[in-house]
Amino acid sequence: MNLLEMNHIEKKFDDLQVLKDISLAVEEGEIVSIIGPSGSGKSTLLRCATMLETIDRGEIVYLGEKAAWTENGQKKAVYAKKDRLRQIQKNYGLVFQNFNLFPHFSVIKNITDAPIHVQGKPKEQALQEGMELLRKMGLEDKADAYPCQLSGGQCQRVAIARALALNPRILFFDEPTSALDPELTGEVLKVIRSLAELDITMVIVTHEMAFARDISDRVIFMADGVIVEEGTPGEVFASSNERTQAFLGRYGKMLEK
Amino acid sequence: MEQIMNWLMEIASMLPQLFDGMAVTIQIFVVTLVFSLPLGLLVSFGRMAKNPVIRWIARAYISIMRGTPLMLQLFIVYFGPYYIFRIRVTNDYRLWAVFIGFVINYAAYFAEIYRSGIQSMPAGQYEAAKLLGYSRFQTFFKIIFPQVVKRILPSVTNEVITLVKDTSLAFTISVIEMFTVARQLASSQVSMMPFVAAGIFYYVFNLLVAVVMEFFEKKLSYYQ
Repeated sequence: MNLLEMNHIEKKFDDLQVLKDISLAVEEGEIVSIIGPSGSGKSTLLRCATMLETIDRGEIVYLGEKAAWTENGQKKAVYAKKDRLRQIQKNYGLVFQNFNLFPHFSVIKNITDAPIHVQGKPKEQALQEGMELLRKMGLEDKADAYPCQLSGGQCQRVAIARALALNPRILFFDEPTSALDPELTGEVLKVIRSLAELDITMVIVTHEMAFARDISDRVIFMADGVIVEEGTPGEVFASSNERTQAFLGRYGKMLEK
Repeated sequence: MEQIMNWLMEIASMLPQLFDGMAVTIQIFVVTLVFSLPLGLLVSFGRMAKNPVIRWIARAYISIMRGTPLMLQLFIVYFGPYYIFRIRVTNDYRLWAVFIGFVINYAAYFAEIYRSGIQSMPAGQYEAAKLLGYSRFQTFFKIIFPQVVKRILPSVTNEVITLVKDTSLAFTISVIEMFTVARQLASSQVSMMPFVAAGIFYYVFNLLVAVVMEFFEKKLSYYQ
């Protein structure tokens, strides 16, 4: 069964049609990268998938359960009841472009607070798992630091640990390195690569073409609110499609290395 | 030298009466803060409510409270029951009227301060909380409100300092607080000294307020 299915998604901001009949399915264990120029709608697609934005038309299905759907005669898509949505929401986590850590919580509290107070995990267990995650992120010495004392790359790794602490089935990344300089980008990408080896299902919106090519099972190229092309990295990066080539051309030299 | 001694003696002789006044002043101060801070939060929720009727009511409330003199509001709270409803009020009601007048007035100011703080919070904090599964209640009281407190503390300090000085308005409905006592003493002894003593009291009080608030600001400076 598909972990996530998005069917015929349409989304408008005022008069601007941002998503035009987009369909996408993600299987368990799959790593999907979404690439494309700024304003192509890829972040909006992710925000719709995580229900930070509501869709106008279409269908969002997690593990066979409908979260949103279109009903005849309704202007906007209909969403499941609040408590169902909360259940569905447990299936996924999101890593933001600008981290959105809680600045008044220490690093370890950022990671363990939701497991303790949302999931109801025993404190000891949550702390232990939190420290384990920090070790994986190479940040075990930062447990008691506050986000403002960390570099951007460290913040993003904490944010990844925070999302992982809730054991989501699928992890979304919304341009996780766009706020970072090249050096810090490297350390975050390294962490995401290490997750890929753990068979975590991931959907990654990114501008890091080499990374997308190396890590993904499937690459989706979006432009102007539609999926122009999708396929294995080999297929998309060697595409003869004009639009795809126009976009990837700029990255061509970098990728030939 | 002798003159200074005289002044000090004079002030010392008034101290017992001034202390009684101070006690009332401090009482007004504490009661106003204890009730207007939470009430202000409620009003700010109303001011930001989705329901337009609630929003409009909160807006009108704030507008009236900020747009008319506190002294006038005290008169209305104090004389209103009799003039409007012909209810005879007791002498004790004077102090109650001061409490009520101050609380509803300061709640309006605090409401706007809360609103400025809450609306300055980046949407990302709400989004992160939502994705992590926090309830709306948890999101507000665990994630948003503690950060709002840090942001609004300087504005709250301003308001609290104003409150210390505003307590002297209680004299307009004959509540015997610090300033009332000072005035009575000044006219009975034909001396400036009671006013000097009152001035020193308000100043020291506010100095304390500033020190305490600075302490809180420092305590919250562990993050940015």
